[in-house]
Amino acid sequence: MARTKTIPRENLRERVEELSGERVFACYQCGMCSSGCPYAEQMDRLPSQVIRDLQLDDETLLDSNAMWVCASCLACEVRCPKGVDLAKLMEALRQIHLRKALDRVSLDDLSKDEIKKLPQIALVASLRKKSG
Amino acid sequence: MADEKLTQIYIMGKAYDVPVGVTIMDAMEYAGYRFIRGAGCRSGFCGACGTVYRKAGEYRLEFVLACQEMVEEGMHLTQLPFTPAPRSDYTLAELDPSENVLLQHYPEIARCVSCNTCTKACPQEIEVMDYIQAALRGDVAKVAELSFDCIACGLCAMRCPADIKHYHVGQMGRRLHGVADLATPEHLTARIAQLDGGAFDGEMETLASASLADLKAKYAERVIEKVQEPEVATEEVAT
Amino acid sequence: MTKLAYFPGCSLKDNAKRFEDAAFFVMETLGAPLEELETWNCCGTVYSLADDDLMHHIASVRNFIRTKEAGSEELVTLCAMCYNTLARVAGRVEAHADELEKINAFMDREEDYEGGIRIRHILQVLRDTIGWEALSETVVRPLDNLKIAAYYGCTLVRPQETGIDDMERPVVMADALAAVGAEPVTFPFEAECCGTYQIVDEPHLALEQSNRILRSARLAGADVVVTACPLCQHNLEQALIAPVGESEEIKSIQVVYFTELLAAALGADEATMSPVVREILSTSVTAEGGA
Repeated sequence: MARTKTIPRENLRERVEELSGERVFACYQCGMCSSGCPYAEQMDRLPSQVIRDLQLDDETLLDSNAMWVCASCLACEVRCPKGVDLAKLMEALRQIHLRKALDRVSLDDLSKDEIKKLPQIALVASLRKKSG
Repeated sequence: MADEKLTQIYIMGKAYDVPVGVTIMDAMEYAGYRFIRGAGCRSGFCGACGTVYRKAGEYRLEFVLACQEMVEEGMHLTQLPFTPAPRSDYTLAELDPSENVLLQHYPEIARCVSCNTCTKACPQEIEVMDYIQAALRGDVAKVAELSFDCIACGLCAMRCPADIKHYHVGQMGRRLHGVADLATPEHLTARIAQLDGGAFDGEMETLASASLADLKAKYAERVIEKVQEPEVATEEVAT
Repeated sequence: MTKLAYFPGCSLKDNAKRFEDAAFFVMETLGAPLEELETWNCCGTVYSLADDDLMHHIASVRNFIRTKEAGSEELVTLCAMCYNTLARVAGRVEAHADELEKINAFMDREEDYEGGIRIRHILQVLRDTIGWEALSETVVRPLDNLKIAAYYGCTLVRPQETGIDDMERPVVMADALAAVGAEPVTFPFEAECCGTYQIVDEPHLALEQSNRILRSARLAGADVVVTACPLCQHNLEQALIAPVGESEEIKSIQVVYFTELLAAALGADEATMSPVVREILSTSVTAEGGA
């Protein structure tokens, strides 16, 4: 039987802060990030809620789709009045999965026809963001 | 044998005294290993005897062919004769090399991080990373040119953090290049016609029906092509 | 003028060849030809945001070493994503000597990178080195009567440290098109994300987003949207092919690379143009006797 892959769930805030170099308590929950995020409506937790959950060390955040919907467009990063780089927090949350080989995108699911249509940058970027 | 100079090496962690100045492959056989797999042409062409070693006092792993590399005192080694890398199925005639065919068949090349570990692992000193990068952008001719000396030992794929199957990509690139860009050589066309016309059928049948003893005798009597000595005056080399 | 060391990026050798072909023509015409690095590798397309992840910066650093080998201190890009990744890595290793040391140590037997390479997007070259006036003077086929919406996306303008223009209200691409006679229109989605790599496994995210961008541009009166990124271009094209929701407005809009329109204005041979550009010229420009 294949080895079961699990992600470490404890000390979430600490690990995210270490991976991102950001300080989540700098955030005062103004909501600027959520209001400007082009993908907020597709996320099951708003960008500002992601930070709030990190402040509260809520490990269920790891099951949210927010980190995978975030495309690192940096609309939040350039507008945050407190200088918190939310995109880096999202990357840290992704990395916690990817470093345990829990990939979000698998090449095995892509057909040759789909790959044929895609520009290289789409494929390279997707694999970098969603596979470990 | 008694006055032979010996040196100590480690094969999979176990120490052996083996003769100085022999290849890793000969040393392993001397130490008692019998090759069922992991040995082929013994001339550096077939790629069957990929081997990893580390010299005493060094941190790096080196990647070589067992039949080509000489043993050294204190060498730690193991064979990596096979890589379980999947090869894509394709029919060359059905492919359009102007499309990103290599990427379609080996999409993991998009995971390359340019770490260059493949290049460092290549016993043939091929610029492996550069041809994978060429493959990513669809430059089939460059893949073919750069990967030409590949003997498919698989050590690149074994080392790759992105799970790329370099040697299969290179082979597909050379095939695509051959079909799309190169003229079919006349001698090849002629030989294929000869084969199709049954020119060698009789000889094949004779061999297929020969007894083991006959085959052994034929093997012993076989004519080996002599390698031409390079026409360089020995005095010149000496000076 | 001296040649500019040029980094193409993978897509420009494949799906986005016309982006590059047009740029070669434009820069040749302007007397500042692009010279592709002899050897280069994929930049990685997205800048790695995890603090400890230096591995993914190596690809960019290798290209800097090769730029130095080519005898240049500057590396020019066309693709917005390549620009962003290369520029961010260049800035990162310049600011963190310890990280560069680690990267060099990893590369081991290879050449070290000592820093000092500057990454420039071609729009910066056009604006800051050549100038809009010089660009204007070389026009032979003015793009009069053509209303264009310059779509910047994310990576040319964000983050601020590497952005080539104002991050909320960029003008550089619109200025370039204005210099060759076109009429730029502004629209609220000009620096919104197109959906980027989500097109691979969550295509609806990219298509809805791209659809919004096109609709916004159309409502602002644009006939054509111009892009500077093969992935933006791809996603917007996909949104045209497979529209989602209410998208009557976008059916009459076209999407091309900005270099394609510059090349057209600078007198590129029609045979070298993409069918879309030929159509744009026939319906709006040449109809007014512009050529």
